[in-house]
Amino acid sequence: MKKAEQPFQFKTVSYLMRIANEMATTLAQLKQGLETCSDTSIFNHTFQTLSHHPFLTQGFSNDFAQWVLAACNRPELAEHLASLDIRDYLSLAELRADLKRLVSEYCEQNPQQADQSAFEPFYFYEAIGVEVPLQMEAWTLQEFRDGLGKLSHAAFHFHFIASRLRLQLRTNDFSYWLESCLDLGTLARHVNRIDIYTNTLGSALQRIISLVEKELHS
Amino acid sequence: MSETMPIPLLISLDDYTPVLGEPEVTELRTLASRLQMRTVQMVNSTAMGGGVAEMLNRLVPILQELGLAIRWEVITGGNDFYEITKAFHNALHGGPYTMPPESFDTFLAYNEQNLLRLQMEAEFIVIHDPQPVALIRARRDHSGHWIWRCHIDLSHPNPTVWGFLEPWVNRYDGAIFSSAEFARHLPAPQYLFYPSIDPLSEKNRELEPELVRSTLERFGIDPQRTVLTQISRFDRLKDPLGVVRAFQIVKRYFDCQLVLAGGGASDDPEGEAVLAEVREAVGNDPDVHILNLPPWSATEINALQRGSTVIIQKSLREGFGLTVTEGLWKSKPVVASAVGGIPLQIIHKHTGLLAHSVEGTAYQIRFLLSNPAIAERLGQQGRAYVREHFLITSSAKRYLTLFLHLSGKQ
Repeated sequence: MKKAEQPFQFKTVSYLMRIANEMATTLAQLKQGLETCSDTSIFNHTFQTLSHHPFLTQGFSNDFAQWVLAACNRPELAEHLASLDIRDYLSLAELRADLKRLVSEYCEQNPQQADQSAFEPFYFYEAIGVEVPLQMEAWTLQEFRDGLGKLSHAAFHFHFIASRLRLQLRTNDFSYWLESCLDLGTLARHVNRIDIYTNTLGSALQRIISLVEKELHS
Repeated sequence: MSETMPIPLLISLDDYTPVLGEPEVTELRTLASRLQMRTVQMVNSTAMGGGVAEMLNRLVPILQELGLAIRWEVITGGNDFYEITKAFHNALHGGPYTMPPESFDTFLAYNEQNLLRLQMEAEFIVIHDPQPVALIRARRDHSGHWIWRCHIDLSHPNPTVWGFLEPWVNRYDGAIFSSAEFARHLPAPQYLFYPSIDPLSEKNRELEPELVRSTLERFGIDPQRTVLTQISRFDRLKDPLGVVRAFQIVKRYFDCQLVLAGGGASDDPEGEAVLAEVREAVGNDPDVHILNLPPWSATEINALQRGSTVIIQKSLREGFGLTVTEGLWKSKPVVASAVGGIPLQIIHKHTGLLAHSVEGTAYQIRFLLSNPAIAERLGQQGRAYVREHFLITSSAKRYLTLFLHLSGKQ
């Protein structure tokens, strides 16, 4: 079995939720909030959404879409916001720009709805992450598979979803290591194609484990 | 006279592994590995009774087992101190403050008296609620991180009381609230820590089906028939009369029983009045079971929740609503009002159903009774949501993360 030049170092992250002292009760205020809130707020309400609801596969692609649907009853805008795929973004600034654009366009086209009060406010929170290495590393594909089986939701989210921002390569930690350290490009691509929006975190992890096991037995 | 609480160690972290899974417990140990023997002090005003003491009673042993050098201190005072702090509590919830102006001096004097006996030297000091807030006086330059943990809703405080407390709160390095909705604008960072339940406590641990069945039968409830339950003290803000009206609507369509179980009626004149109103509204309906339970009824409450078909929490106002958390943890479909902290727990149509009226509550219950598969899915997702966010181990993880963040040791 091939041994990697660099091991895969499994890590985890734990997030503090900081209350950002910003809120929105209308779409117009949401637009304003999207302009002024911190990057850690954008991260919290988009990338972290999947971590907050790891067992759900429907309706939670990001917190903004969910609020627009559930509290503002604007399904059309909610669908547009929900269709933003965090895998398409290399920076939070780009993601923020698209979120702002969608809400702005909707408010311009529907000015009578921009100032209607929502059923409940949207509170902006910031996610402050503390990274900690787990006492696990993998030099081979078998060790990698063993490590995958010991990951918490938070650790899996860190490597598979949040890593995209860190790497800025439209990939994730797992795929990056599989390709660059084990020359397993096809496996890396299959792992990277797993849909994070139609899987739970648990089912996405299981799919990766299945792919790795298939490779181990090939 | 303040006292340091002995730390109970009956339950170990390993006992949580079947509940959380090995990876989550390992993660707690990994986070804590960077905080070994770092000193922590938790300070509150009561050793027993009340949600804060109940939470610290489990949280402190967990953090100690994880290797932190943690102490739990309880401040003390005379009856006059507790009368004042009770008045503070009500006023911070928006009520009037009728105590004399000297009450503020009395409050500060008791805090000062406690300071003479407490050594506030830990690296991380967490002061719970307003009662010990003025202990921040003990702070010296660079003497550790002081955090104020506010468990109550400060969204509409009485301005006199908040005006007195705010300068003290402003001296802290940070504050923790249970919801952004409950917070105030403060100069220091504010963090969101959800309240939590202990899955291994008597109120939440797994029970044998036989015990559940026999408990229901002991109260005259038929376990073979549909049971709708609201657990809460007899308080108008819990709207027990609204629950009875919702039940009466549901009963037109389904054979069912209603359980209204809670305490607070024996030592509270208003509770007695509410209980009398509920009894009058129920009349002689044998399918309504009104249970005025004593405070030591954790097992009974656990069994009633587990024996229920649907859990109701039709509050008009609510704090965080830990009875909702308890119901969700037991994989029960929950129908609850969209007030206070309940929408943080119940994501409509995902982890339960929200309602805004008697009729809406009745409709959602009927919907669940007509669609048991959906009810089961909501129950399972509700439990998963609690496991992720609202267990005592989640609280421990948040404290560990906060301490790591504050110390800059990442």
